[in-house]
Amino acid sequence: MSLPVDVPAEQDAAVLHEQQAAPLARRVVAQARVEMRTVLRNGEQLVITLVLPVLLLVGLTRTSLVDLGTEDRIGLVAPGVLALAVMSTAFTSQAIATGFDRRNGVLRLLATTPLGRRGLLTGKVLGIAGIQLLQMAVLVAVSLALGWSPAIAGVPGALLVVVLGTAAFTSLALLVAGTLRAEAVLAVANLLWVLLLAGGAVLLPASLLPAPLAEVAVLLPSGALGEALRTVLTEGAVPLVPVAVLTAWTVLLGGAAVRLFRWH
Amino acid sequence: MPATTPASTGEPAVRVDGLTKRYRRVEAVRGLDLVAPRGRITALLGPNGAGKTTTVECCEGLRRPDTGTVRVLGLDPVRDAPALRPRVGVMLQDGGLPSTVPALEALRHVSRMYARPRDVSELAERLGLGSFARTPVRRLSGGQRQRLALATAVVGRPTVVFLDEPSAGLDPQARLAVWQLVRDLRADGVSVVVTTHQMAEAEALADHVVVVDHGQAIASGTVDSLVGGDGSMHVSVQPLAPHRAEPADAELARHLTDALGRSGHEHSVTTSSLAGTLEVHGPPGPELVHAVTGWARDQELLITSLTTGRRTLEDVFLDLTGRSLR
Repeated sequence: MSLPVDVPAEQDAAVLHEQQAAPLARRVVAQARVEMRTVLRNGEQLVITLVLPVLLLVGLTRTSLVDLGTEDRIGLVAPGVLALAVMSTAFTSQAIATGFDRRNGVLRLLATTPLGRRGLLTGKVLGIAGIQLLQMAVLVAVSLALGWSPAIAGVPGALLVVVLGTAAFTSLALLVAGTLRAEAVLAVANLLWVLLLAGGAVLLPASLLPAPLAEVAVLLPSGALGEALRTVLTEGAVPLVPVAVLTAWTVLLGGAAVRLFRWH
Repeated sequence: MPATTPASTGEPAVRVDGLTKRYRRVEAVRGLDLVAPRGRITALLGPNGAGKTTTVECCEGLRRPDTGTVRVLGLDPVRDAPALRPRVGVMLQDGGLPSTVPALEALRHVSRMYARPRDVSELAERLGLGSFARTPVRRLSGGQRQRLALATAVVGRPTVVFLDEPSAGLDPQARLAVWQLVRDLRADGVSVVVTTHQMAEAEALADHVVVVDHGQAIASGTVDSLVGGDGSMHVSVQPLAPHRAEPADAELARHLTDALGRSGHEHSVTTSSLAGTLEVHGPPGPELVHAVTGWARDQELLITSLTTGRRTLEDVFLDLTGRSLR
């Protein structure tokens, strides 16, 4: 049996904190890097975040299997694929990752380290942003190679819409991941992705959907994101209605996630 | 940041007063008190569902107490979390490491949260993590996962460490390695709080044991003070005459207490019987053995085996609750 040794408890707690925790930026960046590597290492995640969007981009542009009602196929498809990529990364991929991390105690363990709960969430958001930068770079490059000529004046507006869409879908991801069991998160995240892809006006414009669905779809976060990106990247001006819809969803879903998210 | 900080090193590592915590209809912790001294290993010993995990989760700042106070190094785990987190190491019962990340990378990741972490390679070697360093966490065996989780708990050079069932699912060799690391932590002056439902673990490791049952601490002290001077004796008997009934243990207890009293050893003896084996609790001296064998002769019982030994924590738990710990 050994004697208790002196512990520097007289020191101010704040001083100890600074002595022993890594700086905030380093903690958050470390978390963001792990989040990004987890996506890039995982085959299924790569399919949904990169492979599938590229296939859709090429397939819908180079074949006429789907009647898009326009000659400028790439002008319509490229913004839609960007919107889909935002939805895949911020929602489906993030919901599944967070749902399983929650079940496996990862969220709780990291919350006991100097990273803390806020650092963990910030790291996740930065990780999503990093993945999206990568996605955008690849998808924009492929689109340009396929002959896309977006409205340059619309680029800043498009970035704003992407940020807003990411906020709305990340909130939805955390809401689902923080309230349901991991298996249910997996099912809901994949199902919603398929349903919104088919009828949510994210990839293809609402005008191509049957009448009642078309009116509903533009009010969904998927439709608002898709319509906003299509408009701003072809006409150069930010459309107010879809942006307002997206903002409303962000507030609603973000508020619900903050209230209902359970760490255990 | 708190305005006040612990005034002296006299502050225990952990102090819990009147803690209660309820989950919907289940009252997990019901007025639990606990003190874990500095620089010592404290075991929370109790059966599954006794409230041990909830108690340490309140200490780790993962759950808010319904009522009562929890202080770790004199600080509130929820309010003072930023100050405490760098000083507290945690090993959760269910792991808590990302399942797709390779083992060593997960450890390295957690180490990046601290300003002066332990050397990851050295720690990995010490706990034998090298053989599965590149294996994703989800493919590790139970024992490998436990060792990795333990490494994660200590990588930040914590002052206090909470280990929830650290040797659950470990083979004997791995368990010894874990125990050695826990003792090394103590030698470095770290305060350790470990939950366990295994008496052997508490007896082997702990300087201080808190017995927990039904959400309350029902006894605490050093292993020696809890076990006391009493010992136990196991006696297997077999009736010589077939018509005789099973021996009544209450009758035996009275007989033994009287017999000890006549020979000048005032001591209460308790007994219990199970399928022909009598368990006798009392001072395990020659007088008690003599009294038991004399009683067996009078009752026409053949003693088929007789062992004496020190009391165990299991005996203490049985005495306190009337139930077996296992």
